[in-house]
Amino acid sequence: MSTTTVAHHDDHAEHPTGIMRWLTTTNHKDIGTMYLTFSLIMFFVGGAMILGIRAELFKPGLQLINPEFFNQLIGVHALIMIFAALMPAATGFANWMIPLQIGAPDMALPRLNNWGFWLLPPSAILLTLPFTLALFGIGDGALATGWTFYPPLSIQGGIGVDFAIFAVHLLGISSVLGSINIIVTVFNMRAPGMTLMKMPMFVWGWLITAFLLIATIPVLAGAVTMLLTDRHFGTHFFDAAGGGDPIMFQHLFWFFGHPEVYILLLPVWGFIPQILETFSRKPMYGYKAQVYSFWAVGVLSVVVWAHHFFTSGMPVPALLYFMYSTMAISLPLAVMFFCWIKTMWKGSMSFETPMLFTVGWIILFGIGGLTGLVLADVAADAQYHNSYFIVAHFHYTLFAGGIMGIMAGTYYWLPKMTGHMYNEKLGKLHFWLTAISFNLTFIPQFFLGLAGMPRRIPDYALQFAEFNMISSIAAFTLGLSQLLFVYNIVTCARGGKKATAQVWEGAQGLEWTLPSPPPYHSFTEQPTVK
Amino acid sequence: MATHSNNQYYVPHGSIYPAIIATGLLSLASGFIFSVATDKSKDLAYLQAPGKWMMILGAILILSMVFKWMGAVITESVTGQFKSWEDKSFRIGMIVFICSEIAFFTAFFGALFYMRVLSVPELGGYDLDITPYKEFLGTWPSTGPGGMTVSGEFKPGVLHPMAAWGLPAINTALLLSSGATITWAHWGLIKNNRKQLIIGMALTVALGIAFLLCQATEYHEAYTEMGLTLRSGAYGASFFMLTGFHGFHVLLGTIMLIVILLRCMKGHFTPEHHFGFEGVAWYWHFVDVVWLGLFVFVYWL
Repeated sequence: MSTTTVAHHDDHAEHPTGIMRWLTTTNHKDIGTMYLTFSLIMFFVGGAMILGIRAELFKPGLQLINPEFFNQLIGVHALIMIFAALMPAATGFANWMIPLQIGAPDMALPRLNNWGFWLLPPSAILLTLPFTLALFGIGDGALATGWTFYPPLSIQGGIGVDFAIFAVHLLGISSVLGSINIIVTVFNMRAPGMTLMKMPMFVWGWLITAFLLIATIPVLAGAVTMLLTDRHFGTHFFDAAGGGDPIMFQHLFWFFGHPEVYILLLPVWGFIPQILETFSRKPMYGYKAQVYSFWAVGVLSVVVWAHHFFTSGMPVPALLYFMYSTMAISLPLAVMFFCWIKTMWKGSMSFETPMLFTVGWIILFGIGGLTGLVLADVAADAQYHNSYFIVAHFHYTLFAGGIMGIMAGTYYWLPKMTGHMYNEKLGKLHFWLTAISFNLTFIPQFFLGLAGMPRRIPDYALQFAEFNMISSIAAFTLGLSQLLFVYNIVTCARGGKKATAQVWEGAQGLEWTLPSPPPYHSFTEQPTVK
Repeated sequence: MATHSNNQYYVPHGSIYPAIIATGLLSLASGFIFSVATDKSKDLAYLQAPGKWMMILGAILILSMVFKWMGAVITESVTGQFKSWEDKSFRIGMIVFICSEIAFFTAFFGALFYMRVLSVPELGGYDLDITPYKEFLGTWPSTGPGGMTVSGEFKPGVLHPMAAWGLPAINTALLLSSGATITWAHWGLIKNNRKQLIIGMALTVALGIAFLLCQATEYHEAYTEMGLTLRSGAYGASFFMLTGFHGFHVLLGTIMLIVILLRCMKGHFTPEHHFGFEGVAWYWHFVDVVWLGLFVFVYWL
């Protein structure tokens, strides 16, 4: 894709300064920056919680925190990492990059965009407030059910459950607004000549993510609303005495919950081929195959939900159906993996930090995917369910597959966003520390799970001690390494070597035709794509 | 898209309304939690009063800001800021929003089908040797094996469902004809026949209000005469949650129709440029279709 006309003016548009700029902004870059900053802060809040868990699990026995608080930390850690760290990071990049990549002046619905962001801080307050209230003797802390809200425990729980329910409501509204905005932007704001099949992969990834959010987030909202009425208004949706069924909640929750996995991953799958083609200096392999694979994963993701609770009990035909349909997802994913590898094949590759993260990502996310295939097997799942094996599996998909992908994207686009180059040496150090300590944290957890250590329990049998110790030490290394990431971002935002418009030698796409940093209003006149 | 390349897309100036609405939602949600906290823990009863005030404060913030926000949009529309490009954004946005609403109702319909087809029959089908609910047959409509306490007397699974061919049938007729009147009003708008437009809109609003009154009567009967409440097991929960959320949407739709009627009377819409009208009409048709689903699956079958 090449561009013929690129014109921009109005570099210094009038906008309020100080806090009012951020509270009232309708600019896609400002809103994107707020999303990314919020996400980074919440990444550390959620990380600090899990370090509390790993400290407790450092050795057998109960030493630091009581079991109730342990459960609360686990549930809120997951909710924060999924809804307040990973999803806002992806939305932040969507806000920043989709208008730049499709040659749009801004997002299509700017005020709605602002609302979408400003719903997030109230949700973060709702998620964490119960901890603070408990200090003042109000209630008994946050929800202790894990992030999945399973009844009957969630129906018996204290005010922490209500706070989490409403946090999910606000986060859901925010996601639906963001998705509406992205779908409208993609369909209505593309530059002339930018047909759907010329769109960058990141835009494709987000378009399908937005469809999935529109289809599933309202179902989650409905499910937690039923939980709320069961808790306070006497309905019996999840109570067998009234003809309801606690397992029905699992169906409703995972109808949202499984697509949610791909909601977190599809934007990252969009980063990967773009970064690979840049640093392999050759066009990506199999663009169409990747787009169709995205569609296939998106469609399959809404029909496989029950593999999350094979052991809860369901008829054998249902077990078989959910097993085979889950395994079918590996087919489009395999297509993508081969396209990514083939993109690198015989390229003149160089390994700047984004590329390091991407190549590492392919291997680590591959492990996450393959262990998922093991869990999809009903018979094997009966053994692995609710063990540390599953914890390790979904951290390979969501930390490696999600967060490390976001980090690759951050290093890739940071020079474009700030106008400065980040510190390459620190970036590489950050990658190696993250990759090594991540593996040291979670590989032992595969072994722990295979050996039978259950998740969500603050104490464990003596034979698990060594692996837990290794995992805890590595987890603290992993957490502390992320300070390098923040330091690199902050110093890059404040100054450093000037970045060119192109930034990377092999970079392709409309965003690289604008100067770094891009002007306040991106494409006030749309470019033409040939 | 090629036609847009020389247009400027309208990007509104900064707005404080969204951030204040978000704050209002925080206040409303935490106020609600405080006001019901006593359900789970009696020693939190002192939170009830402050919770109520927080809910009122939140509601005021949200309503006033929605009012101002919509006012700003109407001003922008009347002053000609929105051309065909922006118009198309609103159209796609409204369609996607209605899709998300469909997904929301799907959750409740899904719960209804699950209980009716799976959990209630299963609870009634257990071997008499193992089930504590030996009298429970698992037929629909059901309160579940726990039964329902009617005036102190325990009746396993006995329930008088809401009959389809009384008020609900009238409600169906009301909503279907309101769908016809709003389309007739739209034809008037396209033909630039203001009289037909305003009469059509006024009729639609009247039919919407009539529907709400009928539903209020029905709820009143259910609670006072039939003993059918939210607490009446699977049937009561699914009946009131589905019809309640639908009724809430009708209420919102009627408020929007009233706003549109006032705007029609002020002459805000032209035959070419009237997304505000169409957006609300789409929403109204969506509410109509959901009702047909309710009528068939909740009342009739």
